[in-house]
Amino acid sequence: MIRFLVGKLAYLIPTFIGITVVAFGFVRLLPGDPVLLMAGERGISPERHAQLSAQLGFDRPIVVQYWDFVTGLFQGDFGTSLATRRPVLGEFLTLFPATVELAVCAIILATLIGIPLGVFAAIKRGSAFDQISMGTALVGYSMPIFWWGLLLIILFSGILGWTPVSGRIDLLYFFPNGTGFMLIDSLMSGQSGAFRSALSHLILPAIVLATIPMAVIARQSRSAMLEVLSEDYVRTARAKGMSAWRVVGVHALRNAMIPVITTIGLQIGVMMAGAILTETIFSWPGVGKWMIDSISRRDYPSVQGGLLLIAGVVMIVNLIVDLLYGIINPRIRHS
Amino acid sequence: MKLAHLLAASALALTAASGVHAKTLVYCSEGSPEGFDAASTTSGTTMDASSDAVFNRLVEFEPGTTNTVPGLAESWDVSEDGLEYTFHLRPGIKFHTTDYFTPTREMNADDVIFSFLRQGDPESPWADYIPGTTYEYYDAMEMPTLIKEIRKDDDLTVTFVLNRPEAPFLANLAMPFASIYSKEYADKLEADGNMAALNSQPVGTGPFQLVAYQPDAVIRYQANPDYYKGKQAIDNLIFAITPDPAVRRQRLEAGECHIMPYPAPADIEALKSNPNLQVMEQPGLNVAYLAYNTTVAPFDNPDVRRALNMAMNKQAIVDAVFQGTGVVAKNPIPPTMWSYNDEVEDNPYDPEAARQLLQEAGVEDLSMEVWAMPVQRPYMPNARRVAELIQSDFAEVGVDVSIVSYEWGEYLKRSTELGREGAVIMGWTGDNGDPDNFLATLLGCAATGEGGANRAQWCNDEFEALIQQAKVSTDQAERTRLYEEAQVIFKDQNPWATLGHSTVFMPMSSKVTGYVMNPLGRHSFEGVDIAE
Repeated sequence: MIRFLVGKLAYLIPTFIGITVVAFGFVRLLPGDPVLLMAGERGISPERHAQLSAQLGFDRPIVVQYWDFVTGLFQGDFGTSLATRRPVLGEFLTLFPATVELAVCAIILATLIGIPLGVFAAIKRGSAFDQISMGTALVGYSMPIFWWGLLLIILFSGILGWTPVSGRIDLLYFFPNGTGFMLIDSLMSGQSGAFRSALSHLILPAIVLATIPMAVIARQSRSAMLEVLSEDYVRTARAKGMSAWRVVGVHALRNAMIPVITTIGLQIGVMMAGAILTETIFSWPGVGKWMIDSISRRDYPSVQGGLLLIAGVVMIVNLIVDLLYGIINPRIRHS
Repeated sequence: MKLAHLLAASALALTAASGVHAKTLVYCSEGSPEGFDAASTTSGTTMDASSDAVFNRLVEFEPGTTNTVPGLAESWDVSEDGLEYTFHLRPGIKFHTTDYFTPTREMNADDVIFSFLRQGDPESPWADYIPGTTYEYYDAMEMPTLIKEIRKDDDLTVTFVLNRPEAPFLANLAMPFASIYSKEYADKLEADGNMAALNSQPVGTGPFQLVAYQPDAVIRYQANPDYYKGKQAIDNLIFAITPDPAVRRQRLEAGECHIMPYPAPADIEALKSNPNLQVMEQPGLNVAYLAYNTTVAPFDNPDVRRALNMAMNKQAIVDAVFQGTGVVAKNPIPPTMWSYNDEVEDNPYDPEAARQLLQEAGVEDLSMEVWAMPVQRPYMPNARRVAELIQSDFAEVGVDVSIVSYEWGEYLKRSTELGREGAVIMGWTGDNGDPDNFLATLLGCAATGEGGANRAQWCNDEFEALIQQAKVSTDQAERTRLYEEAQVIFKDQNPWATLGHSTVFMPMSSKVTGYVMNPLGRHSFEGVDIAE
């Protein structure tokens, strides 16, 4: 197992170096620069442009800028945002818990609904349940997040008044930012109704963010289950007279879960992309919305630092998934 | 900070429990501020959160207008030659007492001098107090070359000595960058090695003081109990940051906020018909235009420019694109600005005459580019659509238009290039309400050249003489006359096709009283109340 872990970690190093290059290069490949955007319609003389670029350090050779970026990383310095002039790492850490809270709730929701849906659809293959649930999953997968979010807001918040429109908690509640996780902070605040308010604010964004992963997980669970159900050992187990639930629950499910866990791991990456839109619609103060703002302002340090941090998180999640994989299927860690 | 949070939280809890009404106004703002330093920003969102809520200036814009009225200075004298402005400061002005700073003295001339020198003196430790700090407005309003000296005459008297007379100077001092900061606070931050806090924990003299800011989520203010015009009727002011206009509308309708800016044009009718809401509107202090490059043939010929302007059905363009939220523009300044010349007659829409005029000018088979900006701006909801309509109008008179666009930063840059092809759609929102801020900034000779805002590259001696004269005159009637004359020359020469002026809407709960729309596009909650 340790060798397996070391092997996986060794892969991370070149990946990480690659990401620093991509993160650094990506934002500079975008046309336009922060000085031009800051000046706006007023325009800016070439002299003043050069002066401000120099002040911001953009006049140095690109390789030097990259070197400074990478050496800064080793000292824990992810740079300073051009817009807010606060350290990028600090900004990220302030906002990241909100994204994690939303993503964790969404992935739990997607898994809890997606897997049973897929498994039942596989068992009842060809039935009305199978067709309706897989049809719904396809619709969910194709749903434009922005439109879907707005639709839910209009229905549940606007017309029915069941859920709040947006934000993380009712503005009436006000307590210090402890862990950054609103569900935990609201509980710890001891203010009555705070937890309930935080939870009610989480429902719609979690549903919206969970929709696509839920559809993917359901479809993946179904096809993996179908494949496993046609295996010899399943037939043997059935022939032995084992109950259908025991066959599925004990023998089939464990093997069917291997590709499903990979899918869930991959969905974490997809979710970071979904979070950008979900956070914007629901005014959710997470890193997704922050990245969008930073890109539109050409805030180079925030974009490259943010990309790197998000990529790092996705890499760690994938590593954990790989390890889980090894635990579920010992053959993988020995191969 | 934590203690303040707890105190405020318990205060809120207490009010909720006891039924005592703490009035809280919730504003669903459109974005996060970059910080709270009003001088080092060019973002309107940041100005709303800093200069309008937390700070005051020596002179202020009278609410709802661009007239300058006394602010922290109760009066001022201008020398005969227009070179010395002496401000008499209001006595007894207190800076905010917050949990991070307790002032020991009242505002005085040192604070005024500090507020300007930190921007103007490159040797000041505040010039670059956080790496990357720039004072773009100070620079853009030409303060570095304009201000010769700022002199402290006594504790409550301060004199600005200028290098040249400049009529818009007073209006400039009412702009956000001229907000007055506490030197005592700055000195403390410098001594503590915590200068960055000037941008995150502001101390001003304004109607509200900052309680807490949670990035991308909420800004909380409370009324300044020592405000010089008296404590505000509302106890708490909350900016609930809500970037999407459709969601802002939902929040407003659900009662989660009282007031919102920038509604989507398509939502305005529905908002107006909601009995629980009121929708205020005001012509924006802006203009959208199409700038020809007057240095490139055939656009160097004023007759060609006039012919093209006559080929354009501007009413149809404004109707289609602004959807009832704008009016056709005939002058480069908006109708609400003083010195607007209503006598000027716009080029009539007359494709036949336009075709003939082009023929007389010897222009045949003209192909040109029309540039459409890739972003929405307050003065321009959909530049692409405007370009398409211009394309079809110009086709009627035999002019072939190809539409081009670039990423916004590139667009801003390339549109100022000297030999630029064709005509660019652009616009402007006023900074200080002075006609100089439109006519000199966008059409003056100094603004031509690469990187300048004069995208028509139009430098007309007669026009330039008038606006320069108006700039140094301190006689308002004289200035009005000069600007009116300048507008006549502008229309005669047609460096632009003036397209439209947009209307700005502010939907709010019908319980909100006392809100006054700001023609410069800022959002201030001074004097606002919520009816029971």
